[in-house]
Formats: sequence, structure tokens, C-alpha cells
Amino acid sequence: MDFEFTKEQEALREEFDEFFRKEMKHAPKEWAEGGLEAMYHTDEGFAFHDQMKKKLGKKGWLSRAWPKEYGGQDAPLIEQLIFNEVHAFHRAPGVDNFGVGMFAPTLMVGGTEEQKKRLLPPIARGEVQYCQGWSEPDAGSDLANLSTQAVREGDYYIVNGQKTWTTGGHRADHMFLLARTDPNSTRSRGLSIFNVKMDLPGIEVRPILYMDKGHITNDVYFKDVKIHASELVGKENEGWELTRQTMNFERSGVAGFVEGKRTIAELIDYAKAHKRNGKKISEDPVTRQKIAKLFIGLEVGQTLAYRINWEQQKGGLIFAASAASESKVFGSELSQQVANVSTEVLGMYGQLENSKWAPMDGKAATHYQFCVAANIFAGSSEVQRNLIAWVGLGLPRTK
Amino acid sequence: MNLDFTKEQDMLRKSVAEFLAKECPFETVKELEESEEGYNKKQWKKMAELGWMELYFPEEYGGMGDPIMNVMIIMEEMGKKAFPSPYFSTVVQCGLVLLEGGSEDQKKSLLPKIAGGKLLMSLAQYEEDASYEQAGINMPAEPAGDHYVLNGTKMFALDANVADKLIVAARVKDSGVTLFLVDAKAPGITTTKMPTIGMDNTCEIIFKNVKVPKEDVVGGPGKGWEILQKMFPKAVILKCAEMVGGCRETVDMTADYAKKRIQYGKPIGSFQAIQHYMANMLLGYDTSSNYLYKVCWMVQEGMDVSKEIHALKAHVNEQYKYITERGVQIHGGVGTTREFNMGLFYRRAKAYEYVLGDTQYHYEKLADALNM
Repeated sequence: MDFEFTKEQEALREEFDEFFRKEMKHAPKEWAEGGLEAMYHTDEGFAFHDQMKKKLGKKGWLSRAWPKEYGGQDAPLIEQLIFNEVHAFHRAPGVDNFGVGMFAPTLMVGGTEEQKKRLLPPIARGEVQYCQGWSEPDAGSDLANLSTQAVREGDYYIVNGQKTWTTGGHRADHMFLLARTDPNSTRSRGLSIFNVKMDLPGIEVRPILYMDKGHITNDVYFKDVKIHASELVGKENEGWELTRQTMNFERSGVAGFVEGKRTIAELIDYAKAHKRNGKKISEDPVTRQKIAKLFIGLEVGQTLAYRINWEQQKGGLIFAASAASESKVFGSELSQQVANVSTEVLGMYGQLENSKWAPMDGKAATHYQFCVAANIFAGSSEVQRNLIAWVGLGLPRTK
Repeated sequence: MNLDFTKEQDMLRKSVAEFLAKECPFETVKELEESEEGYNKKQWKKMAELGWMELYFPEEYGGMGDPIMNVMIIMEEMGKKAFPSPYFSTVVQCGLVLLEGGSEDQKKSLLPKIAGGKLLMSLAQYEEDASYEQAGINMPAEPAGDHYVLNGTKMFALDANVADKLIVAARVKDSGVTLFLVDAKAPGITTTKMPTIGMDNTCEIIFKNVKVPKEDVVGGPGKGWEILQKMFPKAVILKCAEMVGGCRETVDMTADYAKKRIQYGKPIGSFQAIQHYMANMLLGYDTSSNYLYKVCWMVQEGMDVSKEIHALKAHVNEQYKYITERGVQIHGGVGTTREFNMGLFYRRAKAYEYVLGDTQYHYEKLADALNM
């Protein structure tokens, strides 16, 4: 057993690091607070993401792990993990995970040659921005309950329905949509995937403001939207199976642990540099213990992520699937603890966002508000725990 | 990066597992727990014949020169079976102290005996204030001619009741903490086994004018703490391996039970409340085992683990307790009985937390290592 990175991999890490160190100097002030809000809420924030995406595209870094035949470099998943670590450490934007991480693999597995040629290169070049058309008001954790209809009429599908919680829907130019093409079907049968341009007539995007008024997610309404049949990805009515097959991108969750470690380092610096009641905050035994506990969580989480990456790389997908759920639930709950401890260590300053008084650029306050969402999106903690029990331990599925 | 064990390591694991399954089923574990000696001499001899004790000793001292990860595998399997033996005290703790700090003569005379299963040893470090720190070692060793005289009480010494030799940490005036090789049956030594949660060989040792020749100092006067610190990371890893093995067994045992136990007409494992506990338990095991492997690899490569070693023990302490506590809960009433095996692990989780530092201690040490 050997956890060592090769010299080439270390050199690659250095190359990524140098790039992001340089680029992040140009981050607008909106970016400093961090989180998805920095990317989606303001025009300046999104513009920063967008230009970074194009630069990454130019370097070929968005598609490194893709097969060569689709313009990638067949880079092993471990290199993707290294990229994700460096990217997360710098809290950098530029990766549209919906396009690069989710829809591109879907296309590679299920798309026609024409679709692959037409749709993959713009994703690799960072020219497009995708959003994910899955959740609906009555289909959250129970995604198979979705009801948005796509009815075939001649060369088109006519789409009617509502999607919700669409992250970045107001910034995206494309959506990958999951809709019901067999009106008589129920549950996971009869669903299909479509590539949808967001400027089609009949699509309306309305903001759902987050509790701190940040604009991240949206409702997306479809009213008699005509989608050309050439935008159907994979076989009609078999979209669920295709969705399940395209989980091969790096999904160790390493990014959250790396970013958390940086936050802890900043917090330790703060605790050492500031006094409360005449004593350095870092000398308070309770604070020391809390920070030590966070560090432990981040260490063991990052190591679990390495294991997931390794198992995924060698095709141990069953372990990887269960452990990826473990990493998700562990990472999001740990992130919440990081937010709790950060706001505690900062004391009353922990509540400040955009202020000259705000320590750590107000990240703690933003994080405290946003971290609760991470336990819900991309599969709630409850759904993840069910999956771990079923897949990881073989317990009987809940009916 | 290659996170798989080698084929040889898989074979070693299999052979240890098979031996223990045959030699020491849980019924035998309970009998051993209730015996005065707390281990089985015949098993011990067989283990020596299988080469488990000489594994990582260098070849010049009768060993095989294996990497520490191979010992980790043995300890993991022992942990799965809740196997009671003086392996940790003798081979791991005292073996490492001798390797790290012993003179050539000491190593040449003692290590081959340990390797052959002919010598049991115990480390007597802690005292009445139950401190894990250097400052907690205060038993005096007074120089008197060509020997030292030990007076005082040592506490929580593992397997001292069956040991042939002790390694005793005591304080020599003006030199500091010093380690002494002492015959366990020397005049003036009274060893008493204490009743513990772990039902193990945890002992009190009283020293009354015990004479130790000067040549039986390990590593020189004042070198004791430094030697103990060298033993520490490796011993932590190997104790954690035993604990991680216990975590695995508890998770498996509990999942099996949850699939078979029917209530309300269904296996209780189909209830979400149970599934979510079990998901947390598996998560506790997976984070513990993978971190154990990583830190073990780091030590094997000679890397600095001043943060990691504390993170590891604190995490494994907490996860082993959590996993076994939930294990009892999911087993319901039977999980609390002597007859059933769950309690073996629940008790060990607490007993092993105390070995080489409880969680509080490691949190504080980690905060230090993080430069706070």
C-alpha cells in the first residue's frame, strides 16, 4: 500500500497551483465571501467564473479526464483528484460541474456521434454553461416521481411542466432535462434526457432567493416548449438508466475537505492573533479541542476520498458508490461543524458579512447560512444514509 | 498511489484470521477473560511458531524484517476476534522500546526470546495520577553503588501479572526519566491484577527497595522519555489496528443481526432508524481504517506524523466507542448479555481508549501540533 504521488503528479499539482495562485489575484471583491453565491449572485462574480472557465478550457484542463476520442487526454482519475484539490484550495471558479462532470459523461455513454461532435467540444472549451433539470416541486429526494411531460409531435417534443431548485438556471445557456416521455409511465420508467437551450420560447426562469437573499437557485417553467428531436440524448424512455450509468467522474468529495482545511488554518491564525478577556483565543482549551476535532474530520475525510478515487479508478464501483455517499454525508455535516466552530471562535464578529469589521472576509457568516443547504442538495443526508445501508451493508431496501 | 494490500499481505491476513477462528472462538475469549492468566500458553506458543512475534524485528535479532504494516494486519485480525494475549505489551510495546533504545547486548539476548514466544514483558509507565505525560513519571530510582533502587507504585501496566520481565520508567535525580529492565519476580515487587472494564491483565505494581543493576538501564539515564516517544507512534498505530478490527467485526455482526431479527413482520434492518445508525457505523469504520492505513504507511516511510498520530488515536477512540454502543442498541436486550458477543467489543472500546492516550489527551496534543 502506498499513498505517494508520483513526481509527475507532484509537478502537475505545482502547475495547477501556480495557475490558480496567479489567477485568483484578479478575483473581484464579491468573490471573497465564498460559496456558490460568489459565483451565481452577482454579474461580476459570474463574469469571473466565466473568464476562468474559458482559460481552463484553453488549457484543456476541463476535459483532461475525458477519453481522447472526445477531445480529452485520458488522464487517470487521480489527476482529476489533484486538480480538484488545488482548485478547491484556491476556492477558484471556472468549472461548470453540470456540464463537465454530469452531462458530458452522459453524452459519451448515450449520445449519438452527431451529438458528441456538436455538444462536447463547447463544454471542453468552457464556452457553455449548463444547469440541471431534475428536481420538481413533487420530486426532490424522490426524483422518480417527476411529472414534467415531453410529448412527441412530428420532429419535436413539446415540453410542459416545472423544474425547481435549478442552481445557476439564471446564468446557464443550456439545461440537461429529465422529463417524462411516456405519459402512461410511472416512477423511473418512461423518462428521457434532453439537451435544452435556455433561450427557447416558453422557458421562464424565476429566482428562488436563499435565506440571505442570495440568488443561486431558480424555478424553471416550461410552457409548450418545442425541443427538436435531435436533442434527445440516449434512447427514448430510458433516461433513468443512462443517468445511473454516468457516475464515472471523480466523485470522491475531496474538494470539500481540502477547502475545509484551509478554513481551519485561517481560523487558527485568527485565534492566535486575537485576544478575548485578556487571553489569546487559541489558549482556550474548549476552542483548542473544537478545532482539533474539525482537523481530525477533515484528515480522515480526505483520506476516505483518496480511497474512493482509488476504487473508482480500478472499477470497484460498488464500494465507490457507497463510499461516495459516505463522503457526501460526512463532508456536508462536517462543513456545518466548521461553520459552527468558525462563528463561535469569531465571537460576535461571526455574524458579519460585507463589513470592514468582518474577519476572514465574512466567509464564516456566509458559510454558516449556506452549509445547511449542502445537507439537502445532491441527495439529502437521509437519502445518502439509506444508500450506504443498502449498498454498503446489504440491508433490505425501504419500500 | 496504490491503495491495495499485496498478495502476501492478503495471505497473511487470511492465515491469521483462520488461526484465530479455529483457536479462539468467542467462548474461549470469555473463558480467558475469566482466567487469572488472561491468555492461553498453548496458543501463544503456536503464534510464535507461525512467526507472528518475530515479524518486524530485524534479521540480526532473529526477526524477519517485515514492514510494520504486516504487524498492523495481524493486530486488525486479533481485534476482530477480541483476542486476549500479551502480544501488544510484549511484542509491540516492549519489543519496540528495546529496538529503539536497547543496547546490542539487550537486543541480542531479549529480542530472539520474544520472537520465540519464550519471554513475556510488560511496560510499567503510568503512576497514580494517571497522567500520560512525561511529568507524570515520578517514581524515584536512587543510585546506590553499581545499581539503582526503585521505590513506588506503577499503575495500569498491561500483562505485568504474567510477565517475566518489566520495563520500568522511573526518575533518576538530575538525569530525568530512565527505563529499567527489571525481573518481574525480583524481591520487593508485588503485582496485583486490577478488575477492569476490559477484563484484561491491567496491573498495579508496587516496588519496595527493588535493586536493579546499572547495566539493566535501557538507553542510558535520562533517555527514557525519548525512547518512549519513539515507541509511541508505532504502538499507537498497532493498538488502533486492533480497535479498527473490532469496529469491522461489530459492523458486520450488527448488520447480520439486523437482517435476521424480525419485528413487526420485517427484518429490523429494513427500518430507516436502524439503517441510519448503521450508515454512521460503516462511515466510522471506513474513515478509521483508511486513515489507519495512511498513517501506518507514513510511519513505514519514516515521515513525520506529529499531527496524524494524535488525529488517528482520537478518531479511532471515538469511532470504536460509537460503533459498539450503537451495536449494542441495535442488538437490543441480547446485546447487553454476557452470553452474546457484542459486550466483548463494547467493553474493549473503552479499555483501549485508555491505552496510549484517551481522546482528551490526543485532542490537546493535536492542538499543540497544530501550533495553537
